[in-house]
Amino acid sequence: MANTSERTFWDYLAYVSENHSPIDFVLIANHLDKFLYGTLVTLEITVLSLLIGGVLAIPLAIARAQRQRGLNGAILGFTYFFRGTPLLVQTYLFYYGLAQFEFIRESFLWAPILSKAWWCALIAFTLNTAAYTTEFLRGAIENTPRGEIEAARACGMSRLTLLWRIVLPSAFRRALPAYSNEVIFMLHSSVVLSTITIQDILGVGRWLNGRYYLAYEGFITAMVFYMILVFIISRGFRWWENRWLAHLRPRPLLSTQ
Amino acid sequence: MESVWEYRYLLLNGTVVTVQLAVGSLILSVALGLAGASAKLAHNPISNRFASAYTTLVRGVPDLVLMMLLFYGGQQIVNELGTVTGWWDYLEIDQFIAGIGSIGFVFGAYMTETFRGAILAIPRGQIEAGISCGMTNLTIFRRITWPQMVRHALPGFTNNWLVLIKATALVSVIGLHDVVWNASTAGRSVREPFTFMFAVLLIYLALTAISDIGLRWLGRRYSAGVRPA
Repeated sequence: MANTSERTFWDYLAYVSENHSPIDFVLIANHLDKFLYGTLVTLEITVLSLLIGGVLAIPLAIARAQRQRGLNGAILGFTYFFRGTPLLVQTYLFYYGLAQFEFIRESFLWAPILSKAWWCALIAFTLNTAAYTTEFLRGAIENTPRGEIEAARACGMSRLTLLWRIVLPSAFRRALPAYSNEVIFMLHSSVVLSTITIQDILGVGRWLNGRYYLAYEGFITAMVFYMILVFIISRGFRWWENRWLAHLRPRPLLSTQ
Repeated sequence: MESVWEYRYLLLNGTVVTVQLAVGSLILSVALGLAGASAKLAHNPISNRFASAYTTLVRGVPDLVLMMLLFYGGQQIVNELGTVTGWWDYLEIDQFIAGIGSIGFVFGAYMTETFRGAILAIPRGQIEAGISCGMTNLTIFRRITWPQMVRHALPGFTNNWLVLIKATALVSVIGLHDVVWNASTAGRSVREPFTFMFAVLLIYLALTAISDIGLRWLGRRYSAGVRPA
């Protein structure tokens, strides 16, 4: 015990891993760079699909909220389909399924995009998050106080100005808490990537376990990485909500001096 | 489409496995949710701490990661526990048990939040009235808390159940022969993966539609005494 202070941290870690712990920390530490790279892969697809899906969802939600004839039914069909089925199967449909059709295999999109796991995942994830975002954004738009719209009309705003300056800003504010859930949900769902050969965080964990014939190490490390990401995301959203929803916070009582 | 009809029994068997898995996970999650909600509401700092650690853990970790940890790692832990305590020699954790365990564990946390909110929505005075009538804790739960809790929890419960059904698709990744696994095997063997995956999507839509009808009936039953707003 006396010489523990002289040992370096790494020696200590190796000693603990060998003698006192079911988990080999040295092995994990040696592969941390792979996990960090996997984190980048996970974040890349999650962020891209959220961005593109979010942008797609805005016009769809407006069309749904305003009951655009024809469009409304079609969009409802789209969101019902993508919200009612598992993302895993949707991803399989694009990645394994598209090869079934001759005309897709011969189209110019096949070689660069539709035969690649990365692109198929991005397409499936984007459509999925667009469907969820459309529905809660529609709810937020429909909940705009009637008086605000009437006031804007009375001021002579055009439909576009009304949408841009009155409806959307307050709808985004109302949708923010639901959106933070959607972001965390997408991060959780991104584990589907590892099932179609992409090395995301879980993919690296599975690779590590397979390579060294382990039972826990890779999964536990992946678990810790996901927890850190979720922690950062929920902190970020709390900060964002505090900024955007500051006017809704309970006001401090006037002190009686 | 004929190929799907040819493999209809395979798809049907898979669907049965999926439904069994979903119902099993639901039962576990409701049990965990009730335990979690009472732990969160109890005036006991230790149980509060445990319950919030549980919900935070689940919010932080994707279900597939927990499932794989339980399936590949759980086997070893269970057997070591058995050897140390001497209670069992060898217990096998197959894909079905790992699936129920992990999905039930994850959705138990969501149920905890749903039930907690539902119990908090019951006016405190009703429970006090029950106590003053001399009801035991069990009677209060059975006659006052439960019937109203169900009503308040039903919207959240419905949502959790719909997400849970979709989460069962992930067990195909650890090799359980559910509807997704069977369909992708069949699709590969007849070289029509798209058709079979599309059939699976329709099966999931049908499952959601059926449960929607069932839960709406339940909702009407439990809000018989309440006028719709």
